Amino acid sequence: MRRTPRDSAESSRRMTRRGLLLGGAQIAFAGVLGLRMRHMQVDQAAEFRLMAEENRINIHLIPPSRGRIFDREGRLIAENEQTYRITMRREDAGDVEDVIGRLSALVDLRPEDVTRALEEMRTSPPFLQVTVADRVSWEAISRVAVNAPALPGVYPEVGLSRFYPQHETFAHVVGYVGPVSERDLARYEDPEPVLRIPRFQIGKVGVEAKFEEQLRGSAGAKRVEVNAVGRVMRELDRREGEAGADLQLTLDSELQDYIKARLGEESASAVVVDLEHGDVLAIASSPSYDPNKFVRGISVGDYGVLRENNHRPLASKTVQDAYPPGSTFKIVTALAALEAGLIRPDETVYCPGHMEIGSRRFHCWKRAGHGHVNLEQSLRDSCDVYYYDLALKVGIDRIAEMGRKLGLGTAPDVPMSAVTAGLMPDRDWKRRERGAEWRIGDTVNASIGQGYVLTSPLQQAIMVARVATGRSVEPRLVRSVGGLQTPSRGGTPLDIDEAHLKLIRKAMFVVSNSRRGTAYRSRIIAEDMRLAGKTGTSQVLNRVVRNQDVPWEERDHALFVNFAPYDAPRIAVSIVVEHGGGGSSTAAPIARDITLQALYKGTPPLEAYPAGDRERIKAQQERLEAERAKRAAEAGRRA
Amino acid sequence: MSYLEYTVKTVPSGWRKVLYLNWPLIILLTAVACVGFLMLYSVAGGALQPWAEPQMERFGLGLAAMFITAMVPIWLWRNLSALIYLVALALLVAVELFGAVGMGAQRWIDLGFMRLQPSELMKIALVMALAAYYDWLPMKRVSRPIWVIAPLILILAPTFLTLTQPDLGTAILLMTAGGLMMFLAGVHWAYFAVVIAAAGGGIYTVFLSRGTPWQLLKDYQFRRIDTFLDPSTDPLGAGYHITQAKIAMGSGGWTGRGFMQGTQSRLNFLPEKHTDFIFNTLAEEFGFVGGFSLLVLYVLVLLFCIVAALQNRDRYSSLLILGIGLTFFLFFAVNMSMVMGLAPVVGVPLPLVSYGGSAMLVLMIAFGLVQSAHIHRPR
Repeated sequence: MRRTPRDSAESSRRMTRRGLLLGGAQIAFAGVLGLRMRHMQVDQAAEFRLMAEENRINIHLIPPSRGRIFDREGRLIAENEQTYRITMRREDAGDVEDVIGRLSALVDLRPEDVTRALEEMRTSPPFLQVTVADRVSWEAISRVAVNAPALPGVYPEVGLSRFYPQHETFAHVVGYVGPVSERDLARYEDPEPVLRIPRFQIGKVGVEAKFEEQLRGSAGAKRVEVNAVGRVMRELDRREGEAGADLQLTLDSELQDYIKARLGEESASAVVVDLEHGDVLAIASSPSYDPNKFVRGISVGDYGVLRENNHRPLASKTVQDAYPPGSTFKIVTALAALEAGLIRPDETVYCPGHMEIGSRRFHCWKRAGHGHVNLEQSLRDSCDVYYYDLALKVGIDRIAEMGRKLGLGTAPDVPMSAVTAGLMPDRDWKRRERGAEWRIGDTVNASIGQGYVLTSPLQQAIMVARVATGRSVEPRLVRSVGGLQTPSRGGTPLDIDEAHLKLIRKAMFVVSNSRRGTAYRSRIIAEDMRLAGKTGTSQVLNRVVRNQDVPWEERDHALFVNFAPYDAPRIAVSIVVEHGGGGSSTAAPIARDITLQALYKGTPPLEAYPAGDRERIKAQQERLEAERAKRAAEAGRRA
Repeated sequence: MSYLEYTVKTVPSGWRKVLYLNWPLIILLTAVACVGFLMLYSVAGGALQPWAEPQMERFGLGLAAMFITAMVPIWLWRNLSALIYLVALALLVAVELFGAVGMGAQRWIDLGFMRLQPSELMKIALVMALAAYYDWLPMKRVSRPIWVIAPLILILAPTFLTLTQPDLGTAILLMTAGGLMMFLAGVHWAYFAVVIAAAGGGIYTVFLSRGTPWQLLKDYQFRRIDTFLDPSTDPLGAGYHITQAKIAMGSGGWTGRGFMQGTQSRLNFLPEKHTDFIFNTLAEEFGFVGGFSLLVLYVLVLLFCIVAALQNRDRYSSLLILGIGLTFFLFFAVNMSMVMGLAPVVGVPLPLVSYGGSAMLVLMIAFGLVQSAHIHRPR
């Protein structure tokens, strides 16, 4: 149909109007797009650039090598050994099963490892390296390297792992490292990224754990460019890390090793502290375990054996176990009484073998009684009644105060795991913790180191060190960190009258050197090496039976503390033999041998021993020497 | 017949028509396509394969199709409009019944030598049909309800068919382009007010249908809308695309990171980098300068169309050119809004730049129509 001119003109006018309107709107929208572009690309460019960089740049950490640990003479206690593992990359291997088949013809592969590796390769991106075998021998790695052309996608990798060349000797002090667990990560609020490196090892217990920060060092990093699925495209740059600081401990490997041999199969602990700087020369717990097993991942079976052993090889008894100190605690009670000015050393107490306090009868260990005893005799004979009498005069609070002065009741500051504070009870403590009033009987028990009082072998050594020096000696376990000496911990003079200390030291000398002393049989006769000690027997069960007649678990703990040489004290020693019976019969001989070994810095001459013992000691020395040589040879073979 | 209106003498004929082509427009289109080749070359990591070269071939084919279309007198096209529309509609129905399913949507018919996407064809066919309809319809009837319903059916039939494929992007384009064609043709304002109100209600209904058995959109379409509204809710899932696209865009800065230096696209963080999100690669590698330049090219194409339409005294030609310009605008506006995070990701390619055969060919034919209208305009 033909349009009228009017219709046509009207229609074209309207279309022009609307066309212009719509065209304008379109161009306006394009303007909006332009503005949006400008906003994103100019105003927010920096933000988006950063996000793009975060997208593409991954930081791969290079694990630092862990600081080594040495003994005081520079002998290695913990080092890093190279370990080899075999990895595979699916995309390079082609037929994975076929390559694994050829690989297993060359090296022993555990079937479960192969299954796991195949599964991992199937589920992860093809460019990811998957471990097929860990901790393979150098020979196996060499075979893989030589046959590389036949093994596409198989790569030998080198890593570092902790190794303890002295095996059992330092297990309880140094502890061990292990792979980072979820629990470890949870401990930190913001875990360092280095902890997320697969197979990265951190200290789990002992010095390894306490000095984790210093030993770890700082990780290096390389920045790599990755694509959207995580494949590494290229390395952008790399910053080398810093190795961890080396530690030098105050321990003496020779002495520690000797003690380990000397304690033998006993469930026992021994601490030797140097009096000048508080250096812990040896701190050994027996039996022990090989920390290398834990580093490699201990098998359930091996772990079960360790856990079920009633001699508790896993426990670090020197610091984490607290025992009633028994008669060794009489040193504290006596000093407290002297300091309080309540007794004179020559004052005597009559011991009929028991004492009535309130309605209860407290026995002396010697049923027949000691008769009249003064201070020195009370320690020499370890008369209990004398101390019951002191306890009544002095009261628990002053005893506890003296105990604390000598280092009891607080955890010694050593970088070991689960260090116990022991227990130095007083009235406040009992009210607070037990909700009961302190009774006089409690004081009586405490005065002879029974009842509530608990001390660890290390605390005992510190107590003796403080008595021997009059200074607030603290244990020092680490001599230097990264070459930096740690301060001496010889301490400052304690506020104890030197005359009173002298009385105690003299009495301890008498214990070991007077014919009637409880430790006379374990004396040293070398003039300038003589020791001064105190025996202790702490009851495990309250009963009156001979130790030989009860099962091992119910026998008394044998304790001995001493310092030596008497004239110019250099070391303090503390021994606990669990369920060892009597302090004088079991603990004292061990303490003497260790003391001599420490003072002579090696096998002591037989002349230091009483003439009657020399034959026996000679045999013992030879036996221990042979044992240590055998162990050393074994360790050499294992390494 | 309206071609009788023309004074045939003044309309060029034979090979002289070539001289009367709108050459600046051809140059503009080629420039846009070249931007596409460059980016396809870049996203392939500096290689002509697999995208840049086929795209060039298609553009060549498209240019040829454009010339052929341009040579045919516009009145012939007008007379064919209804037929073309019906064919396109039939193909849409066919694709619904026999089409191949790809990427979760039923979109094309495999013709052996190429995949025909009828929805692309429909974009032009609808514009042609509406232009022809309003050319035929006397002005005074344009706003009468009965004459409004007819074009509505023309629009809604293909819209519904593409929506069920499902191809939300094309459905939106068809509906918007059709509606605006009606607006251009002079339909009364009041209708549009009603439609806008109804659309509001419709969107509300669509959201209301979510989770019910008569759900109007597929789940993934709902999710796209969700993540568009708040990409941070799903930064590694569906929101990942939007987030990565925006990062690519923004990190370009003023002048970009350099040709083939865009980390987002080169390292595959950018999704669909050769099709829907190709603009982000451009913006990343050539920055604001590059992105804005392409926008300017598009606006110039648009301006050429508007000017050509308003100069043309033939009603069909004017409407057709405006409609094609509008379709072109909707393509790039929706795509750019989408990749800049202004609109949900609906799968609309960037015209002449995104890799894709049907869209390129159909657009070039459409510009052939513009050229034809230009050559055969009444003088």
